Amino acid sequence: MTDDSNRMTGAEIVLRALKDNGVEHIFGYPGGAVLPIYDEIFQQDEIQHILVRHEQGAGHAAEGYARSTGKVGVMLVTSGPGATNAVTPLQDALMDSIPLVCLTGQVPTTLIGSDAFQECDTVGITRPCTKHNWLVKDVNELAGIIHEAFRIAQTGRPGPVVVDIPKDIQFATGTYTPKPETAANISYQPKTKGDLEAIQAAVELMATARRPILYTGGGVINSGPEASKLLRELVELTDFPITSTLMGLGAYPASGPNWLGMLGMHGSYEANMAMHSCDVMVCIGARFDDRITGRLNAFSPNSRKVHIDIDPSSINKNVHVDIPIIGDVGTVLEDMVRVWRARTAKPAKAQTEEWRSDIERWRARKSFSYKHSTDVIMPQYALERLNALSRGRNTFITTEVGQHQMWAAQFIEFDEPNRWMTSGGLGTMGYGFPAALGVQVAHPDALVIDVAGDASIQMCIQEMSTAIQYNLPVKIFILNNQYMGMVRQWQQLLHGNRLSNSYTEAMPDFVKLAEAYGAVGMYCDDPKELDGKIEEMIAVKKPVIFDCRVANLANCFPMIPSGKAHNEMLLPDEATDEAVATAIDAKGRQLV
Amino acid sequence: MNAHQQPTGSAYFIAPETAKAESHTLSVLVNNEPGVLARVIGLFSGRGYNIESLTVSETEHEAHLSRITIVTRGTPSVLEQIKAQLDRLVPVHRVVDLTVRAREQGQERPIEREVALLKVVGTGERRAETLRLADAFHAKVVDATVEHFILEITGKSSKIDQFVAVLKPLGLIEVCRTGIAAMNRGQQGM
Repeated sequence: MTDDSNRMTGAEIVLRALKDNGVEHIFGYPGGAVLPIYDEIFQQDEIQHILVRHEQGAGHAAEGYARSTGKVGVMLVTSGPGATNAVTPLQDALMDSIPLVCLTGQVPTTLIGSDAFQECDTVGITRPCTKHNWLVKDVNELAGIIHEAFRIAQTGRPGPVVVDIPKDIQFATGTYTPKPETAANISYQPKTKGDLEAIQAAVELMATARRPILYTGGGVINSGPEASKLLRELVELTDFPITSTLMGLGAYPASGPNWLGMLGMHGSYEANMAMHSCDVMVCIGARFDDRITGRLNAFSPNSRKVHIDIDPSSINKNVHVDIPIIGDVGTVLEDMVRVWRARTAKPAKAQTEEWRSDIERWRARKSFSYKHSTDVIMPQYALERLNALSRGRNTFITTEVGQHQMWAAQFIEFDEPNRWMTSGGLGTMGYGFPAALGVQVAHPDALVIDVAGDASIQMCIQEMSTAIQYNLPVKIFILNNQYMGMVRQWQQLLHGNRLSNSYTEAMPDFVKLAEAYGAVGMYCDDPKELDGKIEEMIAVKKPVIFDCRVANLANCFPMIPSGKAHNEMLLPDEATDEAVATAIDAKGRQLV
Repeated sequence: MNAHQQPTGSAYFIAPETAKAESHTLSVLVNNEPGVLARVIGLFSGRGYNIESLTVSETEHEAHLSRITIVTRGTPSVLEQIKAQLDRLVPVHRVVDLTVRAREQGQERPIEREVALLKVVGTGERRAETLRLADAFHAKVVDATVEHFILEITGKSSKIDQFVAVLKPLGLIEVCRTGIAAMNRGQQGM
């Protein structure tokens, strides 16, 4: 290779660096400050650009793409409003640890600071919502920065990064530097191998447990498919019961014998009671989020805790743990399984017998039960049927945020990782549909369903145009109760059932809306017709909006009311109007 | 500077923290690159940590390294969290809690020094008194006219506080302090 072949414009460097980092798809929206890069995109066909209709859609699509493939998602937006519209998906990816590289155009370096047209301080605005960001001031540094951006996005605790590229840098000629073998930045060296002594101590603790539980999270999925395999092996070896956060669903199969269901605010009774009553808790790639712990000073009061996490700042942040293990979940689990196997004395089955019968007793409470109806579709029933009819296929599920999201987590069963995309940390309404598009781009033949609510879906509905343009046959399954259901539920719980602004007035006709875009619209309000219509939806090879009319005032239970502990759950059969109205005390009302 | 009560920003910290807050001096070695100070300050304001003093300067030019010295206040668990969060920033090489290290060496605090410049305006006996006090505090005159002095003083923050207090009635009109520079005793480096 001659020196000349590495001389090129900044825009060419961008495309070359993306290719060298294995990028096949980028999601974006053009504008003045990124035109040179778009010109290069036009002149090549190795990387496919998916044109969205709003930059937020590009970000969530890239997130869905990343979560379903394990690869880095890439988005490309212009300066100013392009960059500010990217802020929501960046923060979303930061909180849910999704690897995302966001390239933003910037006004020419000579104009920075002059309040130029479509100028904003992109690195300033995105500093707290990225893992790291850069403003490129020299075209010769561009390639190195992009390589480093990919490394930082996907190593350690994954997250979003922003590379802000002024327009004159895109035009300038410079030298392309290939991807370095070893990392250039020595200040960023995440630790992946867990301390062996700590792992041995953890195994000893686990072997003596009478009431053990595994509490797993999104870190298992981020660590890659091998980590999920090792987790299943660990469960099989130890026979411990296992629960997971919203973000970790699928790492252990819902059909597995040790599965307790999701834990947390809307988790199962058996999972939360087991968390409360355990004597040894092994937290694997989760972060003791407030949706999980409930009232902190009553959280699992009698357990000794092991915490495996790649991010040292997650250790002891909310909950004090006895044995912290800093490292990659997959690497640590590999050691843990090996150490457990090497132990000669295996704990006797009788040691955990009482615990097992406790769990069976809690399980028998059937905390996800609901009142069936033959007249109206219950939202839980709709998801039960959707689960039954979509299972066994190559299915991916995304969600928006609200009641439908929690019901989806409760009723849809995942047997594999990377099949479930939802906005957990930030709780972004509007996430699910563009995320589903990203998933479908990566898996063209899969069945991709966005479980949505009638309010959430309207936050990024414009991406229907993207779905049509790229022939992405995503299925939007709207649980339409004509309310912002979770807001309404909280108003009932906290504010005397005064339903301030939570009713969806002037609801669009979703069937006509789908047809206006060139998609297929479906409608169902009769439980007897539901199965047939879901099957019809699955069979359609085009994007579908399925307007599923459900019981308007159904509440999502069980629930740990704000400020309460795991053993103070509100169960569906106890949730009378009076119990709901008084479930949260004055202190709990202050909480989110 | 801000948010003394809510240590981690979690809404679930309704039980008041019972552990006692203490003041610690941290040394942070960072890449000398644009925005690095904003990252550090943004972390403190965004997560509601306190900054009592902050100084920054390039210390190793060839290696492009700067050293940030931060005096912060919090309960032991919050201090642990501050260090972990700082360490997580990409351009941060090392975070050393100088106060913890000083205690390991059997001292109360690391060596901490501050420089201050003070402008005192006045005539007559007040000028003579100003000079006597400057002498007593080992402060130097770095600029003067017949009507003013600028004094330079180096020392612990408490000494400078005291010097400022005694100069106040003598015509002190301007104070500039650098914030704390700090280092552990002994032959071991950071």
